[in-house]
Amino acid sequence: MNTTALFSIDATNIGYIIAAILFIVGLKRLGSPATARSGNRLSALAMLVAVLVTVLGNDLMSWEWIIGGLIGGSIIGAFSAKKIAMTNMPQLVAVFNGFGGAASAVVAAAELIRLIDNGDGIAENISITIMASVIVGGVTLTGSFIAYGKLQGLITTKPLLLPIRNVINVALLIGMIAATVWLVIDPSLTPFLIAAGIALALGILVVIPIGGADMPVVIALLNSYSGIAGAATGFVLGNNVLIIAGSLVGASGLILTRIMTKAMNRSLANVMLGGFGVEDGASASGDEETRPIRSIQPDDAAMMLAYATSVIFVPGYGLAVAQAQHQVRELADLLKDKGISVRYAIHPVAGRMPGHMNVLLAEANVPYDELKDLDEINGEFSRTDVAVVIGANDVTNPSARTDTSSPIYGMPILNVDQAQSVIMMKRGMSAGFAGVQNELFFLEKTMMLFGDAKDSVEKITSELKDL
Amino acid sequence: MTDTQMLIAALTVFVLAIFIGYEVITKVPPTLHTPLMSGSNAISGIVIVGALLVAGQADGIIGQILGAIAVGLAMINVVGGFMVTDRMLKMFKRSGDK
Repeated sequence: MNTTALFSIDATNIGYIIAAILFIVGLKRLGSPATARSGNRLSALAMLVAVLVTVLGNDLMSWEWIIGGLIGGSIIGAFSAKKIAMTNMPQLVAVFNGFGGAASAVVAAAELIRLIDNGDGIAENISITIMASVIVGGVTLTGSFIAYGKLQGLITTKPLLLPIRNVINVALLIGMIAATVWLVIDPSLTPFLIAAGIALALGILVVIPIGGADMPVVIALLNSYSGIAGAATGFVLGNNVLIIAGSLVGASGLILTRIMTKAMNRSLANVMLGGFGVEDGASASGDEETRPIRSIQPDDAAMMLAYATSVIFVPGYGLAVAQAQHQVRELADLLKDKGISVRYAIHPVAGRMPGHMNVLLAEANVPYDELKDLDEINGEFSRTDVAVVIGANDVTNPSARTDTSSPIYGMPILNVDQAQSVIMMKRGMSAGFAGVQNELFFLEKTMMLFGDAKDSVEKITSELKDL
Repeated sequence: MTDTQMLIAALTVFVLAIFIGYEVITKVPPTLHTPLMSGSNAISGIVIVGALLVAGQADGIIGQILGAIAVGLAMINVVGGFMVTDRMLKMFKRSGDK
């Protein structure tokens, strides 16, 4: 082959091995907050190595187009990374997942066009991997944008259930297999475009029935898909660094998906088939709630906290909605100044993506060693004077432990009910996402503090200062 | 190498990489799960390599445009993903750190 590339094929491949090693070491350093930042930089370095080696090792033409793409993408990426608010991080990750999937699908399209133009025919395994790349990439693209719409509140977060959706999904799957067979037999653009269209439709249909609180699972799964799409593209181009980096991301997303479904005590199939709390929650809303609750004002809450020796905050999605993280940290600082022990209990599915609460609290300068996960903190509630629940609901419902008829039975929960007393900050008495009433509200030790979380926390803080 | 041999070699790399990923990522603590997602998102931008190859080797204008679009999309992931992850990780502090 006549080439003007600066690097030989061997040098290029050695460069790719170095990039792969840097990716793995970079991910390994994400194992601790102390080394994570350097790990992320190593991964970025790995990417730079991979790009440079590709440019030097190949005889690339049409530079004006490539440079346009590089500059355009960099500007959009840098701008969104700088501007995004921490509360909106799930939306950003969803959109980026979508772009990753789209890139893989477009690369597959361009490669198919090149191979067709060459006219030498296309090997079966290449046809199949091109299809895998466009299908996974296409599903990731539209699925991610629907997830974004739900997170941003543009699309209803209620599960939308089409009556014959399972029939449609199966028909689409059969269509994809047929298109793949067609492409293998007769390599042309038509079956490719059919498969792309089906993949785009499937992405919408699969994510639309999934409710808002199940978004952590969906985002983790789409994250995994964006990696798998990249790996599939690696198979198309016979490029190892794509396969390795893509599989690392695929594995990461799958692990997070499993952690999330485990924390909800549900199977992945159950989440993906959707409709949680719609089909089986009907009976829960049947009887009108008449049991008494105890409601308090911020000054009473301040008094309770002032006389405590230990306090645990339990944040949930409501904290993100109210953007109350800074006010909570201020209150915690005040309590710590009074010699009160303060910790935070973080449920794995609190918020709209894995680790959402941790990032919000880190933004408000809460030290990460005060954030405790389920196993660390659950034994501590019985030794705690006041548990303050801010915008969390289902993850604190004690009926998950006891009521076998409850839709959330068996889900691991935070044992908030074992604290001496509980302050529950909430906007109103509405049930949680699962559509079940929270038994915690009706315990004698539970005080309901109604109102906007940010507002309530601010009032408690100013009352405490006056005490 | 024949097509089949190449496919099997690629599958070997794929399977081993999944195992490495599984071992490494299980050790990431829950507190870092959001940066893990955005960081791995940036890594999935590795498809930039594929995008550069198809953009640079395309003969026709359609291939070149598709390549440039893929380069742009992947670049959003790479630049945006690494930057936002760095922005988040900068905020994680231990008690006593200033």
